Amino acid sequence: MRMTVPFLSKQRFYAFFCVFFVLFLSPIAKAVEIQQVTSPGGIKAWLVEEKSIPIISMEVIWKGGAVATPKEKAGLAYLAASTMDEGAGELDSRAFQKRLSDNAISLSFEANKESFAGSLKTLSENKDEAFHLFELAITNPRFDQEPVDRIRNQILISLNQKKSDPGSIAGRRWFELAFGDHPFAVPTNGFMETVEKLTLEDLKSFKQAQIAKDNMLVAVVGDINADDLAKLLDKTFGKIADKASLPNVPEIEPEGINGPVVDVTEMDIPQSRVIFGGAGVKREDPDYYAAYVLNYILGGGGFSSRLTEEIREKRGLVYSVYSYLSPFQTVGLHMGGFGTSNKAVGEAISLVKAELEKVRNDGVSEEELASAKTYLNGSFPLRLSSNNRIANIMVSMQLSNLPPEYLDTRADLINSVTMEDVKRVAARLMDPGKLVITVVGKPEGL
Amino acid sequence: MFSKLSYYALVAVIALGVSAAKADTEKEIPTLFDPITTTLDNGLDVVVIEDHRAPVVTHMVWYRIGAADERPEKAGIAHFLEHLMFKGTEKIGPGRFSEIVAENGGQDNAFTSQDYTAYYQNASKDKLPLLMEIEADRMQGLVLTDEAVGAELQVVLEERSQRTDNNPGGQFSEQFAASLFMAHPYGTSIIGWRHVLEKLTTQDAIDWYEQYYAPNNAILVVAGDVEAEEVFTLAKKYYGPATPKELPERSRVQEPPHLAKREVVMRDKRVRQPSWRQAYLSPVIRTAGVKEVRALEVLNTILSDGPTSRLYSKLVIEDKIAAGVGSYYDSSSLDPSSFVLYGSPSTGVELDVIEKEIHKVITDILENGVTEEEVASAKKRMLASAIYARDSISTAANIFGAALAQGEAIENVVNWPRQISEVTAEEVQAAAKRLFVEERSVVGKLLPEEK
Repeated sequence: MRMTVPFLSKQRFYAFFCVFFVLFLSPIAKAVEIQQVTSPGGIKAWLVEEKSIPIISMEVIWKGGAVATPKEKAGLAYLAASTMDEGAGELDSRAFQKRLSDNAISLSFEANKESFAGSLKTLSENKDEAFHLFELAITNPRFDQEPVDRIRNQILISLNQKKSDPGSIAGRRWFELAFGDHPFAVPTNGFMETVEKLTLEDLKSFKQAQIAKDNMLVAVVGDINADDLAKLLDKTFGKIADKASLPNVPEIEPEGINGPVVDVTEMDIPQSRVIFGGAGVKREDPDYYAAYVLNYILGGGGFSSRLTEEIREKRGLVYSVYSYLSPFQTVGLHMGGFGTSNKAVGEAISLVKAELEKVRNDGVSEEELASAKTYLNGSFPLRLSSNNRIANIMVSMQLSNLPPEYLDTRADLINSVTMEDVKRVAARLMDPGKLVITVVGKPEGL
Repeated sequence: MFSKLSYYALVAVIALGVSAAKADTEKEIPTLFDPITTTLDNGLDVVVIEDHRAPVVTHMVWYRIGAADERPEKAGIAHFLEHLMFKGTEKIGPGRFSEIVAENGGQDNAFTSQDYTAYYQNASKDKLPLLMEIEADRMQGLVLTDEAVGAELQVVLEERSQRTDNNPGGQFSEQFAASLFMAHPYGTSIIGWRHVLEKLTTQDAIDWYEQYYAPNNAILVVAGDVEAEEVFTLAKKYYGPATPKELPERSRVQEPPHLAKREVVMRDKRVRQPSWRQAYLSPVIRTAGVKEVRALEVLNTILSDGPTSRLYSKLVIEDKIAAGVGSYYDSSSLDPSSFVLYGSPSTGVELDVIEKEIHKVITDILENGVTEEEVASAKKRMLASAIYARDSISTAANIFGAALAQGEAIENVVNWPRQISEVTAEEVQAAAKRLFVEERSVVGKLLPEEK
């Protein structure tokens, strides 16, 4: 890794003050040179210039999200995300959508548990219009009654339909049981009862509290240079609030997860849906990389994981079984799931527990550890193979407080995980006696 | 594991509305990628799409064989064999294929459609020779025994439960297709009916494999940071030794004249929101020519692409009777397929109202046509989609693999933007008139259980 000043800034240093760095990366991510751009107005963004296709992608994250709204307003972040592109400034919903379609611009927002995100994709020839529409949406969304009621109606219908969707029920039950009264238990999409009552005022206050400069992270990839981006950053984000006003969401310690429990929601279907999980690690945890490697071996690695081998390959009990780390800021989780015929639910859950027990007691083999490292490092460039993916990774890196050099140091962080690390983390996390398990179906053998 | 890919589908990922736009006739019309192709002596077609942005490669082999090529009593065998292709050869032990790919930092999977079966790996570009070696090895070297097959049929049955039987929407789609196609095998789902699937054997899989897996029935697609000439050289080395086979003619039972409009109604207690759909038997290039198909693709965009489209703006925004409404057109299948209209009512609105209002939108187009403005705007977004598509090497590979496996000429893919740009409002109306014939359609209603 070398830090250097980009040639662009030397050639074209305009009257305004514009700071940025370029990071030239080693072969693993040779195509990705992250520039850190700061606009004259102080807006920061990470940029990867990619001139070979005349398109620009931008991903923006605001920290906060669904957990930052009170329980009685559950679904507010989601409704806001679904209506912020339904008219802004002088443009009502129809006029706004027409401007997007006239210019083949894709603009959308998304609510997550701990963040609120915006996405913009445009042909570079339409970039001024695209960034202007994005600016309007985040500074002056109209939240008119017609589009809000229309979208709310769509959300209510989808929430109603989800009440008979096994995966959705199992997921919602899992968070309810694991977190009880904590805001983390509340589903991002909300409940029919709360979504019905959300008001235009709620949407405006949410926007005001959530969309600000101090909780914002920006990543841009595509056919645009740092100078042009710097100018657009001020125009686009200059008018939003300086500071977000978000509640302090109490963090949850591993002991705060209410396990063990096995919960069944009866439903007349041939295949039961099962979700299991317990404590994981947060992103900044020193054991994060060991846990990441361990999870790959256990259930993260497509066709080659232990869970897939035991439950799918050897016994044919499932089409898919998986596990993953969810390193939230509030709590670190280790989750997994599968679907199996009702009669095999007891057996499959026992097999999951046995695998957790086994790895907890014996760790993993040298070969497994080596294979996991080769895969996790060797496959990383695949995640940097398109503008969209690079933009998403860059904004996630910022959310996790990782520096641009992370693209280059990641391999060493993974390679430094030892057998001892994996064993320690397995003993710390893989506790079959504490699992929260939710089942939807007509399970047998529990 | 299966997906029905249509290169037109990439238009649908850009969620935009229809509206007025200036016609950009003076502008250069893009191509949909710039593939470089060759055919090996043993008949293997090779397509390379160079993209030098990242040091990675997508390597795919597509077989011109899918679920619609099965005999009814063996329905599901194409997809079952897809699973079994990971069970090992003389050189590579059972389950080792995916492990080798993963140990080399790659990802692999496979999928089956009505018209094709495809296998792929994504990896760092220096792994391309290895990927070719192991993929070529299983083109003709698969070793299937009951022991190697093991519990895989159970896995496929669980896959069926997950995709279809656990979900009333999945079950209804299967019943609906069976009604639209009275004779053609598109009427049977890709994964196959459970009672047929349960009886498939290892020998069935071996027979299928021996009959159809050959270089002259396959397409190799490589996209990414590669040079076409180097790929051709590697392809000759690894795939060149494979032996061509005499293949049966690829022809399926075609549909008889459709003389009766059908209606399929399913009630299920898991359904909490009713939904409506109507599918019309629709043409493909082979049966109706490029112009007809492109006109219908533009029609589909005008009808349903985004909030300013005809259907959404009328039923959802203006009349407030629907929560969702739209259309889709499977334009790239090997045999004639379907153009589908669908809608879900707002709470308290009857399905008949949705049906009537959707028909009004269609009737308006049949009688009055579409506007020049609508056509210009639709074309502009469709042409933009050809540029956006370039952001993904797997999109590129999928488009060409599917097109060739479905009997499409490569020029019709590359020149798709130009062909779209030549569509006129009159052609859209004329194509709509030929398409929307009620007796060639099925209406479907998925409803909650009666109280």
